[in-house]
Amino acid sequence: MAEVKLLGTWPSPFYYRVVWVLKLKGIAYEFIEEDLNNKGPLLLQHNPVHKKIPVLIHSGKSICESMIILEYIQEIWPQNSLLPADPYDRAIARFWIKFAEDKVNPLAFAGFYGEEQKKAIRDSLEMLETTEEHALRDKTFFGGDKIDLVDIAFGQLSQWLQMVEDVTNVKLLDASKFPRLQRWINNFKQVPIIKENLPDYQEMFAYFKALRVMLLSSK
Amino acid sequence: MRSRIALAEKGIPYEYREEDLRNKSDLLLQMNPVHKKIPVLIHNGKPVCESVIQVQYIDEVWHDKAPLIPSDPYQRAVARFWVDFIDKKIYELGSKIWKTKGEEQANAKKEFIECLKLLEGELGDKTYFGGESLGYVDVALVPFYSWFYAYEKCGDFSIEAECPKMIAWVKRCMQKESVAKSLPDQEKVYEFILQLKKIFGIE
Repeated sequence: MAEVKLLGTWPSPFYYRVVWVLKLKGIAYEFIEEDLNNKGPLLLQHNPVHKKIPVLIHSGKSICESMIILEYIQEIWPQNSLLPADPYDRAIARFWIKFAEDKVNPLAFAGFYGEEQKKAIRDSLEMLETTEEHALRDKTFFGGDKIDLVDIAFGQLSQWLQMVEDVTNVKLLDASKFPRLQRWINNFKQVPIIKENLPDYQEMFAYFKALRVMLLSSK
Repeated sequence: MRSRIALAEKGIPYEYREEDLRNKSDLLLQMNPVHKKIPVLIHNGKPVCESVIQVQYIDEVWHDKAPLIPSDPYQRAVARFWVDFIDKKIYELGSKIWKTKGEEQANAKKEFIECLKLLEGELGDKTYFGGESLGYVDVALVPFYSWFYAYEKCGDFSIEAECPKMIAWVKRCMQKESVAKSLPDQEKVYEFILQLKKIFGIE
């Protein structure tokens, strides 16, 4: 059987995307933790262009960028399919994956302080509104009755969003304004593979709080 | 333009409709309510938005003619990586070259050339990024050529001098009717950029 390795870092939401999909498809892999302050030779060799995690190494070949990794996994291991079979439905799924990449990903690096904060809040609320009204609508999951790659792409909203809110003391996802998204978060976190593979909230909170203090003091 | 090249490569007839972005049509707003942007591909009344998604869709629906995306999953991932790289870097850096001056412009030029050199490395000795025929990366990158003249004039540099392999590749692409007929004229793009500079008050 071919070897699968995953280079990643706790508690990156992009690393977790790949963990979720590997486990949903029952693929065995070796996890290699990267220290992003001291990038190892394996990372530099396998992602020379961006030098970022996650990186999937399959039989010695490297695949970079989390959503590209997920489409690769979906193609090599089609069991428990996570993308629609119909080309049009697939185009719609990819549209929302791109939306999540463009609009949700920045939350992971959100400034949320000083002058940047107002714009970050405005952009986040706009993203949540579009997601609630256009992407999710009345479905249980973005993928319909069960999760698919679109849910995985939006996965950051399940726990990392709350952490950003708690660390910055800014409420973004008001359950009364975004009832469908709140329901999705609850449902998503109950999916067994997701439930078993989320970073410990308290640890993550402490980590980001310390990081934010450091960033604020350096400004 | 990416979708136009893809459709032309596969010999798919289509109706083209020009949009005035200062006065967006009802059709555009209805077909792309989320972003209200072009291009939008409408197939059998259903919209597909975002150019890279359109090219993948076109390739999947008309998969028997002139395939653009590799069939091997690993090669496909590599192609997607470079298209993602192009989308993240080339447009933004190119825009900085004509929008800024001084140190900011100099940095943008330097990074822009570095990105083109990385792409030259990926091209290697191949005729096209797709090998012997146009592929996904070729279709994604070649439309930027229309802006190269404007970047060169605004940034006072020669892309061909820095990246001769890239320009050689462009010229090979331009020999294909699907590309030559889809790309706007460089002089016209430069005039358009000059107008934009006036509107935005950039010298």
